[in-house]
Amino acid sequence: MNAHSSTTTSEPWDGFSDGAWRQAVDVRGFIQENYTPYEGDYSFLAGPTERTEKLWGQLGELLKKERAAGVLDVSADRPSTITAHDAGYIDKDLEIIVGLQTDAPLKRAIMPNGGLRMVENGLEAYGFKPDEMVHEIWTKYRKSHNQGVFDVYSPDIIACRKSGVITGLPDAYGRGRIIGDYRRVALYGLDFLKEDKKREHRELDDAVFDHETLRLREELSEQYRALEELREMGLKYGVDMSRPAATAREAIQFTYLGYLAAVKEQNGAAMSIGRVSTFLDIYIERDFARGTLTESEAQEMIDDMVMKLRIIRFLRTPEYDELFSGDPTWVTEAIGGMGLDGRTLVTKNSMRILHTLYNLGPAPEPNLTVLWSSSLPRGFKDFCAKVSKDTSAIQYENDDLMRPKWGDDYGIACCVSAMAIGKQMQFFGARANLAKALLYAINGGVDEKSGKLIAAGFEPITGDVLEYDEVVAKFDKTMDWLAKTYVKALNCIHYMHDRYAYERIEMALHDRDILRTMACGIAGLSIAADSLSAIKNAKVHVVRNEQGLAVDYRIEGEYPAFGNNDDSVDDIAVWLTRTFMEKVEAQPHFYRKSMPTQSVLTITSNVVYGKKTGATPDGRAAGEPFAPGANPMNGRDKNGFVAAGASVAKLPYEFAKDGISWTASATPTSMGHTEAEQVRNLSNCLDAYVDAGGFHVNVNMLSRETLMHAMDHPEEHPQLTVRVSGYAVNFVKLTREQQLDVIGRTFHNKM
Amino acid sequence: MTISHPDDTFDGIHEAACHGFLHSVESGAAVDGPGMRFVFFMAGCQFRCLYCHNPDTWKLHNGTRVEVDDMLAQVGKYSRFLKFAGGVTFSGGEPLMQAEFVGATARAIKKRWDLHIALDTQGFLHAKVPDSWFEPIDLVMLDIKHIDPVRYKELTAQELQPTLDFAQRLVRLGKQMRIRYVLVPGWTDAPDDVAKMADLVASYGDLVELVEVLPFHQLGISKWDRLGLDYKLRDTPTPTHDDAEAARDIFRARGLVAT
Repeated sequence: MNAHSSTTTSEPWDGFSDGAWRQAVDVRGFIQENYTPYEGDYSFLAGPTERTEKLWGQLGELLKKERAAGVLDVSADRPSTITAHDAGYIDKDLEIIVGLQTDAPLKRAIMPNGGLRMVENGLEAYGFKPDEMVHEIWTKYRKSHNQGVFDVYSPDIIACRKSGVITGLPDAYGRGRIIGDYRRVALYGLDFLKEDKKREHRELDDAVFDHETLRLREELSEQYRALEELREMGLKYGVDMSRPAATAREAIQFTYLGYLAAVKEQNGAAMSIGRVSTFLDIYIERDFARGTLTESEAQEMIDDMVMKLRIIRFLRTPEYDELFSGDPTWVTEAIGGMGLDGRTLVTKNSMRILHTLYNLGPAPEPNLTVLWSSSLPRGFKDFCAKVSKDTSAIQYENDDLMRPKWGDDYGIACCVSAMAIGKQMQFFGARANLAKALLYAINGGVDEKSGKLIAAGFEPITGDVLEYDEVVAKFDKTMDWLAKTYVKALNCIHYMHDRYAYERIEMALHDRDILRTMACGIAGLSIAADSLSAIKNAKVHVVRNEQGLAVDYRIEGEYPAFGNNDDSVDDIAVWLTRTFMEKVEAQPHFYRKSMPTQSVLTITSNVVYGKKTGATPDGRAAGEPFAPGANPMNGRDKNGFVAAGASVAKLPYEFAKDGISWTASATPTSMGHTEAEQVRNLSNCLDAYVDAGGFHVNVNMLSRETLMHAMDHPEEHPQLTVRVSGYAVNFVKLTREQQLDVIGRTFHNKM
Repeated sequence: MTISHPDDTFDGIHEAACHGFLHSVESGAAVDGPGMRFVFFMAGCQFRCLYCHNPDTWKLHNGTRVEVDDMLAQVGKYSRFLKFAGGVTFSGGEPLMQAEFVGATARAIKKRWDLHIALDTQGFLHAKVPDSWFEPIDLVMLDIKHIDPVRYKELTAQELQPTLDFAQRLVRLGKQMRIRYVLVPGWTDAPDDVAKMADLVASYGDLVELVEVLPFHQLGISKWDRLGLDYKLRDTPTPTHDDAEAARDIFRARGLVAT
């Protein structure tokens, strides 16, 4: 089957509105003037075609081999660029939407611009040989982002990085969390976009040639080149993207190839696709009106695109996987939401992309993210709830909170980070470990595990029983120090990332002048809050070692724990969130005038953070995993799902604009006797959570027994999907330790 | 068969309106009324059902003394949630044991938040309250434990007739009803009994929005043991899914919706 045999004879924009979007890049304007809201139910959806099943079957075999090997194959001798590899196919005759990261499916690329060590460790871990020429180039002639960062890091940053009080910094891998507006490729074609970049460059011809302007001019030139490389890459597949897409199939193909260029060029920590489904619906509806497309064919194309998104891969090290378990790529697609004019942005294609979870079975990627509003159409709400119940593969984020801040054309980078598409990017900042920082406050800056001094200039607490006011006063100062060191590190990282691993194609699909956020984050919020609650409401005795270091705590009495809708402790969590954000904001400099934000999110890195943190005053043992994201500590949210959600919903988005993540797991029967009740109850709960100001929720509707069975019989559950913290994983791909952590998290068999 | 009941005496009815005895609450139950419910499990019950799964709620003094404001404060934390997702259910125990207090609380909840309110009861004590008591109640979940008065008494240690009178009263008041029927093998599952029950329920007409056939389970056993009570149904099997469906079909055959 030839991917793109011909253009139609008509002009590509025939049938679309005659708006301002035709003159200047304005994808949102195009969507608003041309899309068809859909308020019906899911009965129109089509099942998989024979072709889809056959192709997915072939891919299934490859995925099985990959699961056994860890990594199926690597293109080790050829650092990836947009054009480095020849065209690749799963089965050329069966594919409708084409394009792979390398010349074969599941064959991973190397991207040494981030750091050579990551590449070589990744290769060796999976039994591949690093290439000598690549090694020579990135040691003798070409500097990497990672080298740049370590050239400028200060000893205090290195000490924090090593002790784990600041963790997961993107200084050895691609920062990701940038979403190119891949839709632009389809809507405008590359000739138009290249011309536009030229204009942006030309407009700066007479600007003052200071550091900022010169950097921007160089970047614009790189962006222009990247667009030309994208055109060349398309031609290898027989797809000419010089002009706008003329059909639905071309629109899907062009959008996907734009995205593909980004994942050929960058091994980013999260590589979201943006918000494409409603955009693509416009083309599908136009083809329906022309009589050139059927529902089954439309679904088939979306199924094909999603198959491609499911096999995006990066070569990463086992240590990275320990931090971000299950080999995630965060191909996040934002679905639904409401428009600023009050019309819903739900279209039939919003349903089609969710329907891939039935046609192809559940999967963690793409990271399907529903932008929830209580105003969404009932049919869509109920369908989402049904999909959650059946697959546990989608997450929900509060459109009513985000829309007023970011407009109605934002996407989600990674798990929870909202950004206006093509107009905004973030400098990803991993997170600061608040629980560990609390221990530094108690131990005067000495690390409770290594015994080394990490934060200089602090006095330890010497009393045998912790006094609330004393601990809070010291913790406050420790947080000052933490915020300062943290922001310094982020400034280093992003300066160097721009210099040595700039995201050429992703930024080419942005406006020139954008909003940048500096996305800080906190880990261990519930532990820090519970610890303070214990100190305040119970009696916490300190257990010290021979060195005099507080290494354990004995609690006398009871204390209210975060996650039970009890203001006396929930207020502490709110205070911590707000206080740390204010301390970050107080820093003197943010690279490229970025706007500081923070998230309460930990992916599955909560396991690793826990390992690096000693016993805490809440009674958590040394090394025990943290709760993920903003979750209450495992097992402490005793009043059920609704109370836990009410606590999390109190955390102020205003002070955590990069998102607040909550993962909730319930058994289906706890949601009602019948499927109809379960669906309606879940949908109503989401309405209520959003109304309460809850920002994000992962919904898992699973039984503990299913997970236990999958641990022992992985071969019977190859597609079992579990939401963890802002993304989903194939349960069987987790390490046993991570699996036990997921199972250990509170399963609510009452709501 | 004659069965001696574990405790033939029960606490007196509690008549104060300003305070009551609360056993426990649940903030998000999906099986105690329409949608997600905030459930007040009131302490005290004059029934001694052999299959009771909450024998720890039998006595008033099993509960904590609370005032109406305490009750409102508990609901208040969830009132917006409940407005979206469901409402409040008074269960127990037997909420009519504390009719004055429950009534005062229900009226206050209705007035302050206008939430949907359900009453989960076996109706035995209904005659003690006037019709106006039921004004804030949107739905009565009426538990009819057996259709045969003799078996009813064996099972519950009380008379059936007051419950049947209550159902008629609800018909007269035009109250929405859900009928709950616990299917206990060897006790309540005889097809003839179920059919007679279904005929009766069908006679209440459209006011019955749902019949819930609840398969007996053994989850209460540990509570009986902990309380040192003699649990008679230790060897009673739990109905299979098909058994429960067969009973539901008997209701469905009379045009009722059964789950």
